[in-house]
Amino acid sequence: MTTLTAIKKLNIQQIRNDFPILQTEMRGKPLVFLDSAASSQKPKGVIDAISQYYESQHANVHRGVYELSQEATDAFELGRERVRAFINSEFTDEVIFTRGCTESINLVASCFGKKFLNKGDEVIISAMEHHSNIVPWQMICEEKGAILKVIPVNEKGEIIFEEYEKLLSDRTKIVSIVHISNSLGTINPIKAVIELAHERGVPVLVDGAQATLHTKIDVQELDVDFYTFSGHKVYGPTGIGVLYGKRKWLDAMPPYQGGGEMIKTVSFEKTTYNELPFKFEAGTPDISGAIGLGIALKYITDLGLDAIAEHEKELLEYGTKKLLEIDGLRIIGTSENKASVISFLIDGTHPYDIGTILDKMGIAVRTGHHCTQPLMDFYGIPGTVRASFAVYTSIEDIDKLVAGVERAARMLR
Amino acid sequence: MTINEIQDGIIDDFSYFDDWMDKYEYIIDLGKNLPLIDESEKTDEKLISGCQSRVWLGVEHKEGIVEFKADSDAVITKGIIGLLIQVMSNQPAKDIVESELYFIDKIGLKEHLSPTRSNGLLSMVKQMKMYAVALNLIK
Repeated sequence: MTTLTAIKKLNIQQIRNDFPILQTEMRGKPLVFLDSAASSQKPKGVIDAISQYYESQHANVHRGVYELSQEATDAFELGRERVRAFINSEFTDEVIFTRGCTESINLVASCFGKKFLNKGDEVIISAMEHHSNIVPWQMICEEKGAILKVIPVNEKGEIIFEEYEKLLSDRTKIVSIVHISNSLGTINPIKAVIELAHERGVPVLVDGAQATLHTKIDVQELDVDFYTFSGHKVYGPTGIGVLYGKRKWLDAMPPYQGGGEMIKTVSFEKTTYNELPFKFEAGTPDISGAIGLGIALKYITDLGLDAIAEHEKELLEYGTKKLLEIDGLRIIGTSENKASVISFLIDGTHPYDIGTILDKMGIAVRTGHHCTQPLMDFYGIPGTVRASFAVYTSIEDIDKLVAGVERAARMLR
Repeated sequence: MTINEIQDGIIDDFSYFDDWMDKYEYIIDLGKNLPLIDESEKTDEKLISGCQSRVWLGVEHKEGIVEFKADSDAVITKGIIGLLIQVMSNQPAKDIVESELYFIDKIGLKEHLSPTRSNGLLSMVKQMKMYAVALNLIK
């Protein structure tokens, strides 16, 4: 439902109080955490939900006839329903729990690949993919004799759409592309990517690892075939991830792993598989992870995704402006359409050195190639320093970063 | 000087630094002022790849004495390399094999030699010892 009321302004100090780790120190200094793109911190509600589950609700799910098992099952399935509501999928059974975004992509590459890829077929990815959206496809392509095609990017760090159009052909069996680049922050035009692929009947997987904490996802509106993300990047626990898939694809794909949960009947002659989503969830699932993820998604939904986006936009604009005032600093990834991630380099310094000195000041940033080596090769750089912002990031955090970077640059040059 | 005498000397030098800034400024200066390997000699053969910074290691030996040359694209890594070279280079192979590198820990730079740091330094130290082991066997 759309409302006509203005987007509410978030009280960042109050939000920061919800995250216990932000009250701690690193290197004896108040923690300035600017590595949320690698993994975001957890609100107290998520931490409490996990403890509470183990203290009073734990039993294995889906099998027990006793009350406790039923309660655990209900809590676990409520987690799934919260994911469904968050991404607005039509059916709850289109939400598969995995270990993380990486496993979600591996699952699709493996199961979709087994069923639909043949020798000479093509898979399209982009040049800004995380290794987790490159390697699984390389592996299945190698196995099947299929070919991996790569959409090139321009200097700003945007996919070149015309090149994508050219790559799509009758041989294309699937397109797998990142929603928001983890190393550049670029928001890809995935709606247009999906529409164009669908004109040729080609399904699309969108790697949403970086997107779920910044933007509202509506898988029906996007008409996306597969959407993947990790719990830990969206204020939830580590070890839980999501694969959304349209029923028609999930039903057509063979199971990923064999074991308990995923079967209907087993005999030594023939096993029949369970229905969705259990067909893809062999073994005891990450019950507490699903519960924690559900609470995390509820937390940000309650804050308001529009309000979060507004706050992060302000951080991105402020951070970009302030950082660019530093002599010799250059930002890698300059698309107008960006999430709150700033990757940068300073002339005459190495990202590793900047990161090491910032660490001494209690400032956590990421340095290196961010698991996107081909992209770094494209720019001809060893890596970048990356500062990434989340809902709890404050303007003061950015001021500390800027002061820290200035100081590091002075020491290093 | 023996390996341990040099290590003790470095520990003594570092004891005069009051805070991390002074210490890192010293390491950075060491890194900046040490042209260790000529650009043309930074070949893939000598490259020890770390995920974060790159390290090149060259080795020569004469009459059982091993000489190391090393370099890095990151200046803090390079400064620490400078210290490691001071300690390990121009020493008998046998002493290098038997050496115990305690100074890194004592001067508070242990984290730079952690396997998870992936800056190439730990691999470099291992490589140095491997060379020494090999030379010691040949001898």
